[in-house]
Amino acid sequence: MKMKEKIFKIITYSSSIMTIIFLLGIITSIFAEGIPIFKEVNLKDFFSSPNWHPTCFPPDFGILSLIVGSFLVTLGALIIAVPLGIGVAIYISEIAPFKVKEILKPTVELLAGIPSVVYGLFGLIFVSPLITNLLGVPIGLNIFNAALILGIMIVPIISSMSEDALSSVPKSLREASYGLGANKWETTIKIVLPAAKSGIFSSIILGFGRAVGETMVVLMVAGGAAQIPDSLFDPVRPMPATIAAEMGETAIGTPHFHALYGIAIVLFIITFVSILLIEILRKGKSIK
Amino acid sequence: MKLRIIAILTIIALLVTPMFARGDRLTIAGSTTVLPIAQAAAEAYMNSHPEMNISVRGGGSSVGIASVMAGNVDIGDASRKAKTKEIATARENGIDLYCNIVANDGIAIVVNPSNPVKNLTIDQLQSIYTGNVQNWKELGGPNKPIVLVSRDVSSGTFEVFNKLVLQGSTQDAGALMLASNNAVATTISNTPGAIGYVGLGYLSDNIKAVTVNNVKATKQTIQDKSYPISRTLHMYTNGAPKGNAKKFIDYILSPEGQKIVEEQGFVSVR
Repeated sequence: MKMKEKIFKIITYSSSIMTIIFLLGIITSIFAEGIPIFKEVNLKDFFSSPNWHPTCFPPDFGILSLIVGSFLVTLGALIIAVPLGIGVAIYISEIAPFKVKEILKPTVELLAGIPSVVYGLFGLIFVSPLITNLLGVPIGLNIFNAALILGIMIVPIISSMSEDALSSVPKSLREASYGLGANKWETTIKIVLPAAKSGIFSSIILGFGRAVGETMVVLMVAGGAAQIPDSLFDPVRPMPATIAAEMGETAIGTPHFHALYGIAIVLFIITFVSILLIEILRKGKSIK
Repeated sequence: MKLRIIAILTIIALLVTPMFARGDRLTIAGSTTVLPIAQAAAEAYMNSHPEMNISVRGGGSSVGIASVMAGNVDIGDASRKAKTKEIATARENGIDLYCNIVANDGIAIVVNPSNPVKNLTIDQLQSIYTGNVQNWKELGGPNKPIVLVSRDVSSGTFEVFNKLVLQGSTQDAGALMLASNNAVATTISNTPGAIGYVGLGYLSDNIKAVTVNNVKATKQTIQDKSYPISRTLHMYTNGAPKGNAKKFIDYILSPEGQKIVEEQGFVSVR
């Protein structure tokens, strides 16, 4: 018995150590391969030049247009997904009768189970011609298309986490509100939502992190033009798409290769900060 | 007791596996353009030579050449020629990059079927892709803005297009940069004002190929190099191919192998 316990302890302990080793390994390799690019271009040019011409002579390694592309697409996705996701969460947690809830919840979660390449195909084959035909714009692969698809993709992340936050608001709060004569709408908006605030913000940040790092969809539907766009219907080239598209054909050890790792560092920092924010929100809540 | 038996069996298995694996093995990696040829040829070759075990991976031309340099693979596929820098690095490591030409490939210039434009010159293509010509009416087409569709700057297809069409000038920043031949074909077929380029194997009724300098992209014109945008596909080995690599490359160059090349939408070398 004692032996078994010991083995169990060793297995769980070593798996958690392994996770940390993997993480450290990934971080060191990203930084080790990414830092050398700053010998070729200075930090300021890397972030402030919109010219990404990695295979020209001489090459330009400016990632401003890639960063702008990533943020516009992600912002668009949040504008679509936040109201939808929170709406679904409120409906499931506060309004829906038990039976509807039982069906709706897994249905929304099923959205999260669809592989991103399927979302990408949907955007490429179905949404793109729809945009050119309905809106009369020349290009169907653009910020709008990518934001729409990404938005649909992150609805389940936002809704299921927000729903957890709403459900964990104590019943006594709601009852007190009803007791003071508030109706359901007032109780939800003025009492339950503010009480679940930090959980909902965490869900939005998590959705942001997912959208900013999502690769397949933006690779397939964002159009891939490395430019600062003039309109919502211009193509852009987000950071993950650049890495995915160019890494396979880039000679190892060249400046282009290191520049792609440089982009990976930027992505890593963005994700790291967003996870840090979620942790801070969680801590803040538990202190209260 | 049980545990001991399992342990012994595991050790035996570990010892025996590499013996089998060492048999007749051939590893291939590299260009995604050459991948369908390598894959189909490997399957056909293994059918007739069951003792042979060929593993084929993609990864890109650079990965193919780098893998030959690192000694990880027997054959490295590349849709471009090895760069001088790569050849030099290889030589430093005692590796002699040997180029075997296995197929021809042409890049067709395609537009939406609704577009009446029939022919474009290389000069016109250059003006279109650098953003100097922005409307189809300047080329005898309808009054419609030109939507540029291109491939990722590190794909082998772009590299050929860059060399033969752009000839060193910078492509317009507004061009769509798509990740595959298929994505280009799909986009051209559902975007009326679009122009793009794909490998000959990706032509279909949904997209229209225009002639370049009045030459149509066909097997004939690509083989005799009269079509201006054509290239060769390569398999790199360390020194002249020998052993299993030689057998496999000889097979691809045989009439049977070249038939596979044609079936995959490329143009044979003879």
